[in-house]
Amino acid sequence: MSPSSPQQTGFPAEGPAHTPDSAHTPQRDGAAPESPGAGPVGRRLPVRPDAAARLARVAEASWRPALLLGVLLFVWWLVAWQELVESYLVPSPGDVLDVLADQRSELMSHTWVTTYETLIGFVLAAGIGVGTAVLIVYSKTLERAIYPVILFAQVIPKIAIAPILVVWFGFGMTPKIVLAVLIAFFPVVVSSVAGLRSINPELLELSATMGASTWQTFVKFRLPGALPHVMAGLKVAVTLAVVGAVVGEFVGAQEGLGYVLLASSGNLDAPLLFADLLLMSAIGIVLFVVIELAESLLIPWHASRRDGMALTTT
Amino acid sequence: MHTSTKLPAIAVRDLTCQFFTKRAQTTALTDVSLDIQPGEFISIVGPSGCGKSTLLKIIAGLVRPTAGSVELLGARVEGPQRDVGFAFQRSALLEWRGVRRNILLQAEIRGMDRAQAERRADYLIEMTGLRGFEDALPHELSGGMQQRAALCRALLHEPPVLLMDEPFGALDALTRETMNVELNRIWRETGVTVVLVTHSIAEAVYLGTRIEVMSPRPGRIVRTLPVDLPRERAYGPTLATDVFHGLAAEIRDLLGASSAHD
Ligand SMILES: Nc1ncnc2c1ncn2[C@@H]1O[C@H](COP(=O)(O)OP(=O)(O)OP(=O)(O)O)[C@@H](O)[C@H]1O
Ligand SMILES: [Mg+2]
Repeated sequence: MSPSSPQQTGFPAEGPAHTPDSAHTPQRDGAAPESPGAGPVGRRLPVRPDAAARLARVAEASWRPALLLGVLLFVWWLVAWQELVESYLVPSPGDVLDVLADQRSELMSHTWVTTYETLIGFVLAAGIGVGTAVLIVYSKTLERAIYPVILFAQVIPKIAIAPILVVWFGFGMTPKIVLAVLIAFFPVVVSSVAGLRSINPELLELSATMGASTWQTFVKFRLPGALPHVMAGLKVAVTLAVVGAVVGEFVGAQEGLGYVLLASSGNLDAPLLFADLLLMSAIGIVLFVVIELAESLLIPWHASRRDGMALTTT
Repeated sequence: MHTSTKLPAIAVRDLTCQFFTKRAQTTALTDVSLDIQPGEFISIVGPSGCGKSTLLKIIAGLVRPTAGSVELLGARVEGPQRDVGFAFQRSALLEWRGVRRNILLQAEIRGMDRAQAERRADYLIEMTGLRGFEDALPHELSGGMQQRAALCRALLHEPPVLLMDEPFGALDALTRETMNVELNRIWRETGVTVVLVTHSIAEAVYLGTRIEVMSPRPGRIVRTLPVDLPRERAYGPTLATDVFHGLAAEIRDLLGASSAHD
């Protein structure tokens, strides 16, 4: 009728146009409404998988690495059994298991020491790292002052400063924690700065038209949007924190997995050495998984965390 | 038509706006002047890239003009304005909040009464046909649904001035009509002053009390067309009037004369 409706060519796909009542579809099955002001955590899942489905997913996710690990173990066992390599160089898996069982309580206490240093170091690195990133993002002056120093600190090999740390802080846990912080800090800063800067400028304009204070803009807009980057940085940081703690123990310690490693290699005690290595990687893996879990709770909305979409793109 | 002696709700004086980027210097607007009375509904049409979004952002205090000035509700605009509801061209929803919590963000930041805001949010959700999607995250919505959610957010605090940048661009034709009718009703009932940027000539004429037609970049206002229709407009009958056809044809000519496309 009118010559002037170029937009009027769509289909009435959905919308209230005809049946405002039918818009009342029970689309999402009464998922508990989010508690108001509960922070950026959306708890709703698109489809709530039942226990069996979840188990199937875990199995689906883990059979490949399990298979690979199995093959590697088998090769290891084969090498040791055939004595292709001297047993003081590569012990058999059985010997390692024996050590793990026999010296259980002792190894546990060393593991705990290293875990403790790692955790404290990681938490400090995360706090200081995110805090520094906020300063850098909000102040050009501080950015110019801080960034070069951080970079300088980062390029110094941490192992080289470990002895000085021992001189400064003694043989207790402090130098190990400091080293863990120094190693884990950098990825947190870099990823947090990237995250805080990644905000869509239009969201900042939106917050401005709402009259949001700097604090509100930070808490409601910038920080939640930065979380995916921050979490990625934390995952790198937590594995590096283990390295920091162990390296710290190399230099001067009476306990911890790093100490056990040095002692066992001095004694050519290969089974103990291998058992020690297993425990170290176990710490890293467990902590990594914990961060992954935290991530799935904190940012279920993020593209990296969505699932169940039948996309055909790769 | 506007014999009111009240202060204009929005007074735009000789605006010029240039953008300087590393590669180029763009003049987005030249010598734009507008007087908008309280309760008016201004539709702005013009070819893509002529500075319509820039004009809205300058009125809201989000972009600083190179020259010229804006007064909003009697006060000179020097920075971001709280008294507006802004519907952005891209819906600008927070990815991590569901529809309802995105809408209520407006209330949280302005410190509005919680219960009252929630009631109004529910009313707007119902009105825009988003019932059943209150908890859906933006990525689970269609483009049109995202725009409707953003519209609800812009309306939540019942602003005296509503600035809308192609708010219905991603809607299907029928939903768009419904939204147009709703917007006409909201405007009549609340007396809000509206500036609407649109690419739809039908929408511009059906909703506006006045249409400003802009030239290609650098944007100027090439023609001001008063819309001689009553404020209350039934959709079908209005589109069938001679006034509607005449204006639509005129806008079409103006846009066609000033740009090869659109
Ligand atoms: N922040 C910016 N920096 C540089 N140039 C910009 C910026 N914002 C807009 N421009 C330029 O100003 C001109 C007008 O842009 P604007 O977004 O106002 O156009 P528009 O009329 O809204 O177009 P459309 O109808 O496509 O949305 C464009 O040429 C654009 O490239
Ligand atoms: Mg635009």
